[in-house]
Amino acid sequence: MASIKQNNLRIPVTLPDFRNMGVQLRILLLVNAMAAVAAVVRSETLASTLPALLQLSAAVQPILLLTLLGLFLLNNALARLSYHLGMVAVMMLVVLLTAGVQNFAGNLFALETAPSLWRSFFLSSVVVATLLLYFNLRSRALSPAIAEARLQALQARIRPHFLFNSLNAVLSLIRTDPKRAETALEDMADLFRVLMADNRQLVPLQNELELCRQYLDLEKLRLEERLQLIWHIDNMPEDALIPPLVLQPLLENAVYHGIEPFEKGGEITINLYRSRDQVHLVLTNPYRLKGDHHIGNKMALGNIRERLALHYDAEAQLMTKVIGDQYRVHIVIPYRRSKST
Amino acid sequence: MSADQLNILIADDEAPARKRLRELLSDIPGTHVVGEALTGKQAIALTEEMHPDVLLLDIRMPEMDGLETAEHLQKLEHPPAIIFATAYDEHAVQAFELNAVDYLLKPIRLERLANALRKARTLLPAQMEELRQIRSARTHFSVTERGRILLVAVDEVIFLRAELKYLTVRTLDREYLIEESLTQIEQEFPERFVRLHRNCLAARSSIRGFEKHHGIDGEVHWVALLKGPDDVLPVSRRQQHIVREFGSQ
Repeated sequence: MASIKQNNLRIPVTLPDFRNMGVQLRILLLVNAMAAVAAVVRSETLASTLPALLQLSAAVQPILLLTLLGLFLLNNALARLSYHLGMVAVMMLVVLLTAGVQNFAGNLFALETAPSLWRSFFLSSVVVATLLLYFNLRSRALSPAIAEARLQALQARIRPHFLFNSLNAVLSLIRTDPKRAETALEDMADLFRVLMADNRQLVPLQNELELCRQYLDLEKLRLEERLQLIWHIDNMPEDALIPPLVLQPLLENAVYHGIEPFEKGGEITINLYRSRDQVHLVLTNPYRLKGDHHIGNKMALGNIRERLALHYDAEAQLMTKVIGDQYRVHIVIPYRRSKST
Repeated sequence: MSADQLNILIADDEAPARKRLRELLSDIPGTHVVGEALTGKQAIALTEEMHPDVLLLDIRMPEMDGLETAEHLQKLEHPPAIIFATAYDEHAVQAFELNAVDYLLKPIRLERLANALRKARTLLPAQMEELRQIRSARTHFSVTERGRILLVAVDEVIFLRAELKYLTVRTLDREYLIEESLTQIEQEFPERFVRLHRNCLAARSSIRGFEKHHGIDGEVHWVALLKGPDDVLPVSRRQQHIVREFGSQ
């Protein structure tokens, strides 16, 4: 089981696309940055840095430009090789070009103090290896598999506090009200089925709403009339697709921070509506400044924010605001319809 | 009520949780539920009234939580034995385990409850000291007056002033004497109280402004003016920066 998972998560690393402008630009900039660092290291005073850089640049630029050209031409052939062979090929190309350029320059200018060829080989190899490592790490960091894995890791988790208190409440019903105990356990089963499911796909808002109702029924069991709910869902787009478990954890927060700390409880307002091509989810709950359970709240919000970013990049927003003694969370998601409905 | 009967007070804000405890206790012979409290404050009031042998005390309750309630109850001459209950609180459970404090995890099992009741005993000062480390800032200060616990809501405190052995706690209505240290209170409520002087903390929200006073010696010093009482509180030279901070708000 464990090994299967690992295989799924293994990311195929390939050489970058050398015909991509961004890749070429990155190579150009990074090599020159390294040359600049080398120049600074070699020169002892600021005044001698610029000549050192010019001298270095004169040696580096021809090799660099020829390499870029070579990579551009060989790109498709390189892509067909395995990653490891590809790396060796790139390395060879650079070493050959280094030798060629140095040989040519040596003949052309008849340099008396021609730099040692081995030194040049070594330095250009180091530069190539650094760049390959950089592209390797970059492709790993940006791989969609990583994004998937992150989504999976970010799956919303229910508070153990809620689980055990709810079980306790259900136990209290078994002797006197077995029917209600049954319903409560069924709600709980549904809730946990969703929580344990693979939650990477978007779901219709209607589904999330149902889940929230089941969750709130369970909370109502414990908190009774302390938990008051106000629904504004007449203009809700039922078919809108949203990431699963966006609303439920927010409601859980609202109950934990806005209802439970108050002897008399309070009201949670749930306002779901569509405005042009955006879906708005707005939750408000009572708020008191000195609550000392902020950390859990921030974690849940951070989690949802990150999931929204993974699904929608910058198109979704999550805003929180304290208005007097009310705490409001406002989520805006681009409106996308599910195909089935 | 016979002498060998164990009188129990239940404190939990959730009705189903209280009901569950009642059901379990009805299965344990020799136990008698004397009352139910919905908040920590109620638990204190009912304890004074009913003198239970054992208090089953939920940790997470509105207004005043279980750990704070237990702390105030220790001021009684004969505090009840306390068994804490919690659904999930890693911090507290760790502290209970380390200091051999009685506790139950929800959902509560009959055997564990019976077992806990058999060995229930009052908290030792050392145990209370450890629990004080993990609880959050209090909602109330407590004073004993003629054997009863008087609670002073922290929200209502205007200033605290050190006098020899005690602290005077000033609210709009009256003054109380409590046996605590100003430094500890300053650390417990860094947001709420500000140090005006070596011997004085004032609630930030109760400060109306500052004024320059000319002393008899010709020296000028700042005093804080309060909303409510006429007291003026001198601001020490070392704390004068708060006058500026206050003005810039």
